[in-house]
Amino acid sequence: MTGNGGSAAITLQDVSVCYRVPHERYYSFKEFAIRWLQRRVEYVDFWALRGVSLEVQPGEAVGVIGVNGAGKSTLLRTVARVLHPAEGRVVVRGSAAPMLELGTGFHSELTGRENIFLYGSLLGYTGQQVEEMYASIIDFSGLEEFINAPLRTYSTGMVARLGFAVATARYADIFLVDEVLSVGDEAFQRKCIHRIEGYRQRGATILFVSHSMGTVKEICQRAVWLDGGRVVQFGPTDVVVSAYQEKLQDNG
Amino acid sequence: MHSSDGKNPSSQGASKEIYDSASRPAPVIEEALALLHYRDLIRQLISRSIKTRYKRSVLGVAWTMLNPLLSMLVLTLVFSGIFRYPMQNYALYVLSGLLLWNFFSQTTTAAMGDLIWSGGLISRIFIPKSVFAVAAVGTGLVNIILALIPYLLISAFTGGTITAAVLFLPVPVLLTACFALGVGLAVSSLAIYFPDIVPMYEVVLTAWMYLTPAIYPLELVPDNIQELIKLNPMYTFIQLFRVVLYEGRLPDVSMLLQAAGIGIAGLLTGWVLFNRKAREYSYRI
Repeated sequence: MTGNGGSAAITLQDVSVCYRVPHERYYSFKEFAIRWLQRRVEYVDFWALRGVSLEVQPGEAVGVIGVNGAGKSTLLRTVARVLHPAEGRVVVRGSAAPMLELGTGFHSELTGRENIFLYGSLLGYTGQQVEEMYASIIDFSGLEEFINAPLRTYSTGMVARLGFAVATARYADIFLVDEVLSVGDEAFQRKCIHRIEGYRQRGATILFVSHSMGTVKEICQRAVWLDGGRVVQFGPTDVVVSAYQEKLQDNG
Repeated sequence: MHSSDGKNPSSQGASKEIYDSASRPAPVIEEALALLHYRDLIRQLISRSIKTRYKRSVLGVAWTMLNPLLSMLVLTLVFSGIFRYPMQNYALYVLSGLLLWNFFSQTTTAAMGDLIWSGGLISRIFIPKSVFAVAAVGTGLVNIILALIPYLLISAFTGGTITAAVLFLPVPVLLTACFALGVGLAVSSLAIYFPDIVPMYEVVLTAWMYLTPAIYPLELVPDNIQELIKLNPMYTFIQLFRVVLYEGRLPDVSMLLQAAGIGIAGLLTGWVLFNRKAREYSYRI
């Protein structure tokens, strides 16, 4: 393939992602060594994505929907260059800001402040950049009075606020949002959506995984429906969400 | 296209960073570049492990210094008092050996442990996978510097030989660090596939320690076994370390070259082994 997708922010050309899992999971080296010597290690290929082609333009928000195990998170991780595709090609133009699952990357013994710096560095920011973002992170999270307390004293909602505040403190060309908005109270969710929408209007691209069809309709112009690692439908959000919901009702 | 109003720093300027899965550099190169980019993460991980290690203990960081001291005390009582090793300053001999050995064993164990217990970080977010091993070595370096303070104090009080050669100490320590990083990376890549490498490696370390003259003088070992011990890379590093710290003189060139060769070869081997399968790791953890 020669073309590289022109000016799209995210391009996937026929992407397949394959988990190669041993037929039986070998938990120990000893067990594996014995099987291997006997030439009895068998693998099963699990295709988490199969022949996915997508093109997302800058300034566009695309919802990723589908049942559990459809490949939504795998799609995000492929774009975030965590997973290298087994087949096909992924091209991402610009800086990508992933949003981690609740609590991942935090350390419960460290204070809120120390965690901001740790988390920022996990996202690839330099200490200096985090320093510059610090005031806005505190402000957005509303956690100023707890910031010197260890994270283990925080509630789940507070941890979620801190994580979101760090991940979205700076403009990035691409935001990868995986279900993080489902934690936290309504007011904070609104605040997060507002912030992401603001970035989008400035040209950021958003890939948004959610089970909440209401939020998807609110944020996204287009949606992609995945099932069994394949694209079922990719188009205007209303159309795709309706089709998906119809299918769910038929099955349920 | 979107006309930026100037509030949009990263979309300005022509060159945006582009990730193209079809034209990634070779993993050995890509990983090194990523490590450079994520150097602040290394710093954060080092400070995290130093801060959290003793966070809930009363004596805090003092344990870093006390631990080898207490081991020294026990070993000195046992070997010098009971077995009567013929050495003039056995306490310092064993302490110097323990400092370097602990540095090596703790660093390689932590490299492996931090990667596989990283809470699945590397399967969720892009970070250089070797960052844990590098941070483990960094943490080890901080610890060995702290642990050198009581050594120097004891040496001053017990008539040990500390000379200006001690200024040369960073060389043996850094060469050991290279070797430890290489070993740490190699065992890490194994541990990703087989978690029970972790307890297995502990056994290996125990055996390895007894094959290294860390707590006993080499002269006490029969000649033919001495030859065997000299093939052990850690023997070279401990020798070099002791010449500078314990004997207080500069090492001769051949010894230095040997250590440098082993250190660099160990690092390169570990780096290549680790990165050979680096793109599979996020599928495995």
